Amino acid sequence: MTRYLLKRIMYMAITLFLIATISFFLMKLLPGSPLNAENKLSEEQAAVVLAKYGLDDPVPIQYLKYMGGLVQGDLGISFAFSNTPVTDIITDRIGPSIQIGFQAMLVGTILGILLGLVASVFHNGFLDYGSTILAVLGTSIPSFVFAGLLQWGLAVKLGWFPVALWEGFEYSVLPTIALMIFPLATAARFTRTEMLEVLGSDFILTARAKGVRETGIIFKHGLRNALIPLVTIIGPMAVSLMTGTLVIEQIFAIPGLGDQFVSSVMVNDYPTIMGTTLLFAFLFVVIILVVDLLYGLIDPRIRITGGES
Amino acid sequence: MKLSKFSLLLALGLLLSVFMVACSSGDESSKDSGGDSDKGTEEKAAAEGEDVEQVLNLLESDTIPTMDVSMATDEIAFIYLGNTMEGLYRLGEDAKMTPGIAKDHTVSDDGLTWTFNLREDAKWSNGDPVTANDFVYAWQRAVDPKTGSEYGPYMMGGVIKNATKVNEGEMPVEKLGVKAKDDYTLVVTLEKPTPYFESLTAFGTFYPLNQKFVEAQGDKYATSSDTLLSNGPFVIKDWKSTSTSWNLVKNDKYWDAEAVNLNKLTFNVVKDPQVGVDLYEKGKVHRAGISSDLVDKYSSHDDFTITPEASLFYLKFNQTTSDALANVNIRKALSMSINKQALVDEVINNGSVVSNGFVPANFSFHPETGEDFREINGDLVTYDKEKAKELWEKGLKEIGKDKVSLEFLGGDGETTKIMNEYLANQMQSNLPGLDITLVQVPFEQRLEKDTNMDYQIQFSGWGPDYLDPYTWLNLWLTDGGNNKMGYSNPEYDKLVQSTVNELALEPVKRYEAFLEAEKILAEDAAVAPLYQSARAQLISPQYQGVINNPMGATYDYKWASVGAAE
Repeated sequence: MTRYLLKRIMYMAITLFLIATISFFLMKLLPGSPLNAENKLSEEQAAVVLAKYGLDDPVPIQYLKYMGGLVQGDLGISFAFSNTPVTDIITDRIGPSIQIGFQAMLVGTILGILLGLVASVFHNGFLDYGSTILAVLGTSIPSFVFAGLLQWGLAVKLGWFPVALWEGFEYSVLPTIALMIFPLATAARFTRTEMLEVLGSDFILTARAKGVRETGIIFKHGLRNALIPLVTIIGPMAVSLMTGTLVIEQIFAIPGLGDQFVSSVMVNDYPTIMGTTLLFAFLFVVIILVVDLLYGLIDPRIRITGGES
Repeated sequence: MKLSKFSLLLALGLLLSVFMVACSSGDESSKDSGGDSDKGTEEKAAAEGEDVEQVLNLLESDTIPTMDVSMATDEIAFIYLGNTMEGLYRLGEDAKMTPGIAKDHTVSDDGLTWTFNLREDAKWSNGDPVTANDFVYAWQRAVDPKTGSEYGPYMMGGVIKNATKVNEGEMPVEKLGVKAKDDYTLVVTLEKPTPYFESLTAFGTFYPLNQKFVEAQGDKYATSSDTLLSNGPFVIKDWKSTSTSWNLVKNDKYWDAEAVNLNKLTFNVVKDPQVGVDLYEKGKVHRAGISSDLVDKYSSHDDFTITPEASLFYLKFNQTTSDALANVNIRKALSMSINKQALVDEVINNGSVVSNGFVPANFSFHPETGEDFREINGDLVTYDKEKAKELWEKGLKEIGKDKVSLEFLGGDGETTKIMNEYLANQMQSNLPGLDITLVQVPFEQRLEKDTNMDYQIQFSGWGPDYLDPYTWLNLWLTDGGNNKMGYSNPEYDKLVQSTVNELALEPVKRYEAFLEAEKILAEDAAVAPLYQSARAQLISPQYQGVINNPMGATYDYKWASVGAAE
């Protein structure tokens, strides 16, 4: 187990190193600089500003310096916010994104699994069709449409919730609902399909023959096996939900990371773009590892042993 | 079996209802708290009679990029600097100069030496007095090449003595033409007489800095409200450079604190205009911007307000990349072929007005008669389809062609794209034989193409940096930093240059030189003026006394107040 973990962590480091290197050189190919008002700036002035950001060094030196900083957790200084380290920007902005993403993920997946369960248990019944329609709508309509509808209906018209901004828990309700539609629908769809397959398999028949109670069959034998494919997609989905969704954040004026990432792209704030990209990459590889470890918990057949996997 | 299925359903139903309750209880508590606070303010207002809480709730379109006076380059930064800081003078109503840290000043006969007498009761928010040395330090810092300021050398170069040389590292900062004669006397030596210098002293780059404080903070200076000092009407609270909400709170140490009515202003960043309007409709904020696409929906709203701005938008004709554009008749024909009224009424639709000259309306006034520049010179470039066609044919004959293809460089914003289409269509349909190709690129890229003169016709705009026609007319000097289109007329150059040289101290002759120069520009059809922009907003009747400045701090809240609720 330890050997397996170490090996995986080494792979993670290599992956991150490659991502950092590739994105660094891609950024260098793009135009743009920390100068805000280039047409109002003399060459001498421009040189001073570039030197401040270390952009006067040759590219390989810049690369070495960047990677050196990276190892120590230093992501550089933002071009757009003067004298502000990129790490500060990320830590300031990630809170709301994680909160909304986590709430949406948790509530969405649980409700989704329940919905999928109901649909599979009442297969081809009214509830099944209802939940299938809901799931299809949920996956096909983009979350910002829901966000707009929720905002217009529940906040602007009915006044039940705040329209936008970020001043307390009630401000997170509508964005969470808008964001949870997708995990809900996805979880429902996966659970239903897998449950139907599992419930039709031989060992369920055996269990029934042995007189196991229906709830035991559904939860202990059915759901546990049906969850495996769901766990695979939940990991990456969690990352994309928790790292912020630009549109939701803009619609509800939430100071999250997704919004920050897009504005950094707009103003060519490369250090911040790099930092955020690396954060996303880091979360992804970590989540993938966690998911791999989770498989073992859910299904003893995939339990990791020795160096084999 | 049947029964257990139903018991499962029951269990699920119960679980679901738990979620529902969780959601709705959150909703109820929010409603309750909202109701309470409303009641609270109502009671308070009732108890204090007519008085309302002096708090304005406002929105901002983006974060504040910097609060360092030497580093500020954009509108948002200058708004918050303008409300927390004060220079020698301050722009008041109708852009009239009002006293700031300076009580008054004298100018030497040659116009080169300006002596400012500072008030002795001005204090920083930490209690330190504001002295002449604070200005010397701030201005030296702005041009010091080590600071890396962009606006310092841009605003001070060629104005304050030796600013350019100091900035290029040829002279030490001490050689900059600004000295503290004593704590409350500031002596500024200019490079050449600069009649608009007084209005520059109200601009952000010229604000003072508390040397001891700035040096103690080092790199951290102005990165958060804790590492900032104010000498203006408000102090900024709960802010750091990445904040999307912050507050301005009345500065009790401000020398003119008595004139300040507001206790607090709250700001939140909202990027989507529709959300801003929704917040306005819910009474959350006192002001919301209306973008072009929302104008039709809200123009009949009781609180719909249009505020004119001083920015001009125009077409630049690059005379170096096309023989057609090098021909004056063709340029004139192009300028006259566009129905500008329809452009502002139907395409832009936010209260912008047609511009028929190169200096905006309500910006500069005759030094003796007080008449508006725009009124004196009148409509220099107007829409005239027939005349345009006539000039077009004459121009084509002169260059010996019957067909012309031109490239049109424009921005890539939503409204901008529609505008590009409209402009190209107007020119093409009114001028037979003209074929226009649209090139629509992001702002940064357009600037780059402009700098390299890599375009033929370009849509462009400019906002003023100080209150003087020179900020507009110096743009088109031969080899002027923003000419970038190969326009050159020695007569024009001579007139415009004279306003900062021999005529600098003769206001009336100087003004006439500007008027004359503008006529030449129209005669040469160097650029085609299109419109002067405006802001469409919903503004609460309670929002009172806010000053809209044509430059620098677009909003000044010093004299603002919250009126009684309807």
